[in-house]
Amino acid sequence: MGKVVIPIGPQHPALKEPENFVITLDGEKVVAAAVNLGYNHRGIEKACEQRTYLQDIYLIERICGICSHAHSTAFIQAAEEIAEVEIPRRAAFIRTLIGELERIHSHFLWLGVAGHEVGFDTLFMYSWRDRELVLDLVAKLTGNRVNYGINTLGGVRRDISPEEAAEIRKVIGALEERTKYYLGIASEETTLISRFLNVGRLSKEDALRLGATGPVARAADIKRDVRKDDPYAAYGEIPFDVITDTHADVLGRTLVRVKELMECYKIIRYILDNMPEGLISVRFPRRVPEGEAFSRYEAPRGEDVHYVKSNGMDKPERVKVRAPTMANAASVAHMLSGGYLADVPIVIAAIDPCFSCTDRTIRVRDIFRGSDSVLDWPALRDYSIRWYRENGLDFSGIKLFGREIG
Amino acid sequence: MVMTIFYILVFPGFLFLSAYGLAVEFVDRKLYARFQNRKGPPWFQPFADFVKLISKETIIPAEADRRMFKSLPVFAMTAVLTASLYIPVWSTQSLFPFEGDVIVILYLLTIPTLTFFLGGWHSSSLYSTLGSVRVLTQLFAYEVPLLMAILGPALLAGTWSLSGVSAFYAANPIYALVNIPGFVAAMIAAQGKLERVPFDIPEAETEIVAGAFTEYGGRLLALFRMTIDIEMVVVAALVSAIFIPLFSANPWLGFLFFVIKTLFVVFLLALFRSVMARLRIEQMVRFCWRVLTPLALVQILIDLIVKGFVQL
Repeated sequence: MGKVVIPIGPQHPALKEPENFVITLDGEKVVAAAVNLGYNHRGIEKACEQRTYLQDIYLIERICGICSHAHSTAFIQAAEEIAEVEIPRRAAFIRTLIGELERIHSHFLWLGVAGHEVGFDTLFMYSWRDRELVLDLVAKLTGNRVNYGINTLGGVRRDISPEEAAEIRKVIGALEERTKYYLGIASEETTLISRFLNVGRLSKEDALRLGATGPVARAADIKRDVRKDDPYAAYGEIPFDVITDTHADVLGRTLVRVKELMECYKIIRYILDNMPEGLISVRFPRRVPEGEAFSRYEAPRGEDVHYVKSNGMDKPERVKVRAPTMANAASVAHMLSGGYLADVPIVIAAIDPCFSCTDRTIRVRDIFRGSDSVLDWPALRDYSIRWYRENGLDFSGIKLFGREIG
Repeated sequence: MVMTIFYILVFPGFLFLSAYGLAVEFVDRKLYARFQNRKGPPWFQPFADFVKLISKETIIPAEADRRMFKSLPVFAMTAVLTASLYIPVWSTQSLFPFEGDVIVILYLLTIPTLTFFLGGWHSSSLYSTLGSVRVLTQLFAYEVPLLMAILGPALLAGTWSLSGVSAFYAANPIYALVNIPGFVAAMIAAQGKLERVPFDIPEAETEIVAGAFTEYGGRLLALFRMTIDIEMVVVAALVSAIFIPLFSANPWLGFLFFVIKTLFVVFLLALFRSVMARLRIEQMVRFCWRVLTPLALVQILIDLIVKGFVQL
C-alpha cells in the first residue's frame, strides 16, 4: 500500500465528540497529522452577552459536562474581581472541595476512556463503576451529578453539614483504596504499559513551545499548576504537591493523573479538617461596575482561562473562554506524527480532550465544490438564499416583519 | 444416507453447531461481563442479535464487488461447518475420520480468515482495506505457532488423524501432562485466530471502526457473526480434543464431557480477553515469533524426547 489519507472523525468510534483528524499513513505509520477544529460551535460566549451575570453562571456551567465547576468558578472569579466582592472563607473552602471532587470524577472518567481506547474494557468498566461513588456523593452534596449549580456570585448556594462531611470522608477512603489499585495496574500491567510507553512523546521543549497545559505539561516534567502558581479560592493555604513525571508520553500522563487523585484526597481531608465557620455567601451587586478581569483556574484538563469585560450594566459586554483543550490541541498534531495508526485514538485521548468546549467557529466546507472558506453572516445568508433558489424554493416576495426576506 | 444427512444438517452439523455457537457466545459475553463487574446479557441475547441482523436491510457499497461481497460470508460459514465434521463430539471418533484430517481442519479454519480479508478488500473502503491488511498480517503471525503447537501432541500420538490423537490420549491420559506448553501456545494462538483482545487488532473498534466488516450489514454480517461463533466452538473443540484427555465410551457422558471441555476453553478465552489491553500489530507479530513460536518448538522437542523414551 502506498500513502493513504484516512479521516478520523468527525464521526468515529474513538471520538466522543465531533472533531476531524486527517491522518496520512504509510502502511501503519503516521506520516503527517492535521487537526481540524470547528464542528461543534454553540455560541455560548455571544449568548452570555445577552444575559445577566446570574443567568450566565448556568450557561457557563454547561460549557463542559465534566469540568462544569471549573468554568463557572473561573467566570465568577472574574466577575467578583470586577465588582470587588470578597467571598467568605467558608465559601472558598466549599468551592475548592467541589472542585477537587470534580477532578476526581474527571480523572476516573479519563482512566476508563484511556482503557477503552486501547481495548482494555475491563479497566473502563471498573473505573467508571468507582466513579459512580463520587458522582453519587456530589449529587448528595449539591443536588446534581455533573452540572452542580452550587456556585453563585459572591459565594456558594449550599453548605456542607457535619454529616455530609463524614459521608465525604467515607467515600474518599474507599476511592483511595481503588486508586492505589489503579496505580498498580498502570505501573505493572504488561499489555497496558506496552501500549502507553513511548507513545505520543512530547518533550519538555516541545511542550513549552506548543503551550501544553495541565497533566500533558506536567507529564513532560514542567511544574506548572495554577493552584500553586496563582492560588485562587482556598488553595493558597492548603498544602499539596504538584505531581510531575519524566516519561513525557501517555504512560507519564496516566501516572500524573492517577497520582493527582491521591493529592485530591489529601486536599479534601485538609479542607474537612480546617473548614472555617461563617457565612457561605455575601451580597453581590446587580450591576457590575465598569472594568475587566482575567481569571485562571486549574481544571482537570489544564489551565482554564476566562476573560470578562463589564460596561457597568447587569450584563457583561464580553466573555471570552479559553478551554484547556484549546491549549493542548497544538500538541496533538505534533504527538501523532511519527507514531502508529493504532496509537492515534489513545494519543488524542491522552490530552483528555473536550472539543465542544473548544470550538469557537463553524467552518463551512463545500465538499462538492471543494471550497473551504469562512463565511460571515451576510455571506452565509446570501448562500442559503441562492441554494434554495437553485433547488426550486424561492422566498422572494414573502415579507417577514415588514421586510422582504428573499 | 439418511443418517449422513442428519449428521451434516442436524447433529453435530449445522443446526447443533449454530445453536451451540450462540450458546457459547452467550457464555463468553456473560463471563466477560461478570469479570468486568457488569450484569451481562440475558441468555437469548446472541439469538436476538442474530434475528435482528437477519431482518435488517442488506446494503452493498456501490464500489464493492457485488458477487464477492455477497458470496464470501457463505464461503466462511461452509468452511467452518466442514471443519466441524472432523472433530470428535461424543466419543474419541469424529464422523468421517481419515489419516491427516488435523491438517485439513487447520486449513479449513484458515478459510474464514481469508474470507474476512477478501470481504474487507472487496468492500473498497478505507477502514475495510486497512482492517483486511491487518487480518492477513495477523494470520502470518499466529498460524505457524498454532500449527506447531498441535503438531507436538500429534507427533507423540504417532498419527495425523484427530480421532487417532484423541484415542491415544484417552488411552494414556498421563501423556497429556507433557503437552501443557503446547496448550498454552495453542490457547494464545486461538485468541489470535478468533480475533479477540489482545489480538482483536483487525477489528479494533476505536482505531478502524470495524475493520474488514465495516461495510457489512444485515444478513451478510449475521452470517459472518454466526461463522465466528461456530469457529469458536470448532477451535475450542479442536484444542480440547487434543490437549484435554477427558473422554467416555458412553455417548451421553461423552457429550457432557465435550460440553464441559469446550466451555472450559471458552472460560479461559474470556479470561484472557478481560485482563489485557489490545496490542499493536507490530507488537503482536513480534510476540508471536519471539515467544509463541519458540514455545511451540519446545513442545515439539519435549514430545520427541518423550517419544524416544517410550520407544526405548
